[in-house]
Amino acid sequence: MLQAVPAPPLLDVKDLTVQIDTRRGPLLAIDHISFHIARGEILGIVGESGAGKSLTGAAIINLLTPPIRRIQGEISLQGARIDGLSIQAMRELRGKKIGMIFQDPLTSLDPLATIAQQLIETLRAHLPLSPSAARARAIGLLREVGIPAPEQRIDAYPHAFSGGMRQRVVIALALAAEPELIIADEPTTALDVSVQAQIIELLKALCAQRGASIMLITHDMGVIAETADRVAVMYAGRIVEIGPVAQIIQSPRHPYTQGLMGAIPSLGADRTRLTQISGAMPRLTALPEGCAFAPRCTKAMALCQTQRPSLTPHEQGAAACFLLEGATV
Amino acid sequence: MLAFSIRRMIEAWVVMLIVALLAFVLFRYVGNPVDQMAGQYTSLADRELMHKQLGLDDPILVQIARFLWNALHLDFGISYHFREPVSQLLMKRGPATLELSFAASLFAIAVGIPLGVFTGIYKDSLWSKFFLGVSLIGVSLPTFLIGVLLIFAFSVELHWLPSYGRGDTVALGLWQTGFLTASGLRALILPSITLGLFQLTLIARLVRSEMLEVLRTDFIRFARARGLSERAINFNHALKNTLIPVITITGLQIGSIIAFAVITETVFQWPGMGLLFITAVQSADIPVMAAYLILVSLMFVTINFIVDVLYAFVDPRIRLHAMSAT
Ligand SMILES: Nc1ncnc2c1ncn2[C@@H]1O[C@H](COP(=O)(O)OP(=O)(O)OP(=O)(O)O)[C@@H](O)[C@H]1O
Ligand SMILES: [Mg+2]
Repeated sequence: MLQAVPAPPLLDVKDLTVQIDTRRGPLLAIDHISFHIARGEILGIVGESGAGKSLTGAAIINLLTPPIRRIQGEISLQGARIDGLSIQAMRELRGKKIGMIFQDPLTSLDPLATIAQQLIETLRAHLPLSPSAARARAIGLLREVGIPAPEQRIDAYPHAFSGGMRQRVVIALALAAEPELIIADEPTTALDVSVQAQIIELLKALCAQRGASIMLITHDMGVIAETADRVAVMYAGRIVEIGPVAQIIQSPRHPYTQGLMGAIPSLGADRTRLTQISGAMPRLTALPEGCAFAPRCTKAMALCQTQRPSLTPHEQGAAACFLLEGATV
Repeated sequence: MLAFSIRRMIEAWVVMLIVALLAFVLFRYVGNPVDQMAGQYTSLADRELMHKQLGLDDPILVQIARFLWNALHLDFGISYHFREPVSQLLMKRGPATLELSFAASLFAIAVGIPLGVFTGIYKDSLWSKFFLGVSLIGVSLPTFLIGVLLIFAFSVELHWLPSYGRGDTVALGLWQTGFLTASGLRALILPSITLGLFQLTLIARLVRSEMLEVLRTDFIRFARARGLSERAINFNHALKNTLIPVITITGLQIGSIIAFAVITETVFQWPGMGLLFITAVQSADIPVMAAYLILVSLMFVTINFIVDVLYAFVDPRIRLHAMSAT
């Protein structure tokens, strides 16, 4: 019998490290993070503001701009390295293999180009389509993302659309060339609460149809709980815990994750955040020598002040905490 | 869009009316027209007759109406200095100024926009820094000095280009053009560089800063993330989004090019309206000054109007507002 060689994951990130060059010296914005996303999987990335979520997404498709740059790490798509691709090869990959959706649909679209122009140029950048075929395809895409009367709406300018409708257009643009991975950076944060769930549902359904994976960056543990298969929790440029959603939600191991879970408003309980974590995430300029969470951690030990814990496997996930390594106070 | 244009048009006419009234005040009350026209030995009776003939005894409103009516027919009276109808003088001089201003604007736009785009896209390249340094000189040197330096280099030292005048011209109906003769075109080079240089640097710097601004926006990032080519991003998206302020400023600059042609025309003895105006100022030739005032304002207002309409044409958001506002 043939031994089945495990297929490589769709996306594999190893030791990704991103640095910001400042006048006062380099800052480590992303510190050796590793994760993978399987085909068709939805990986949630959570963490508070400034944790490095957006930079991680941008680093994958090489959209970092000076003074921010990737200084280390291997990024592979379907087993082939994509870090270090030529500018041209990277351009061809963007949109075609990896699509990206940004936070603010109001500013993601060129205000001076019609929806048709933006969709058609995207389609034709990646697929050998005639203008009329591209237009037909564009109308089909708009219909798929739920824009009513797409034949008429397609020639409108972005300002004629509401926020939710614009984010649908953005999704159509990101999915136009059928990428295998969508990096969605807080796709609903800027939207009205009433349409947030619809947009997430839509994104999830469209990716499921296409067998595409999603890297879903968000602040909202509620969204993760409903949408993602696995979740990575980021803190101060590192992944502090990663694993299947159910496991992370039901039995988080890292004190920071435990704090985050306490902050999910749950049904039944009154909707105030019960166990807010006191304090704030340290600035990149003042990262502590040891665990970055130690200053806020109720279970911090002497060891935590001087050394950084690395990810330790636990059940089907992993957490970066000395408590998991069996250290005691 | 039509209603928007009409509203702008009415505004333009109001501005012109005010300018014309100012010109009237200048004409009627700065100095006495009769003194200007009459010789030293003209008798008192003759003077009174002239006063009557000029209509200076009529009620003021009648005088204003007559002045406006005449101005509308491009009749600005007789030049005190040249003893020739002002409109005839302007007809002879206008084409020279307009051709010079046109060439200068063309130079400023055709070089300024690409320069701005280049220095915006390659903001860290050595060439960009070089252009920016040089453009600072362009902004800070006074026009007449640039003109004199150019004359010194290209006329006096190198003998490549003429230092004054329009060269040969050809009549196209009433219009004397220098565009159709070799010497006319050669004569145009130095003055239009002199006149357009300031605007060129202004446009280049404006386009550059707008490009830098636009290239930072989310929709450019998203365009990159969609895998568009750099060319499509820079020209279809970035440049287009810089055009609104660029059109506005450039349009207004063309107005000031015409107005500031005075200095360049003086340096190069360019036989245009600016030179005529300077002569008029020196000889207190009020009708010519009044006419020049009205004409230059008319050009400003017309250009402004065109800019407004273009502006609305480029930006769909303004188009929509303009339509819903009516
Ligand atoms: N252009 C920049 N210059 C300097 N520092 C930056 C820049 N962009 C991001 N950073 C820093 O990098 C760190 C990570 O930023 P990032 O945008 O990835 O955070 P995030 O997790 O996406 O936060 P948010 O939830 O607010 O979007 C932050 O500390 C931020 O201050
Ligand atoms: Mg972010």
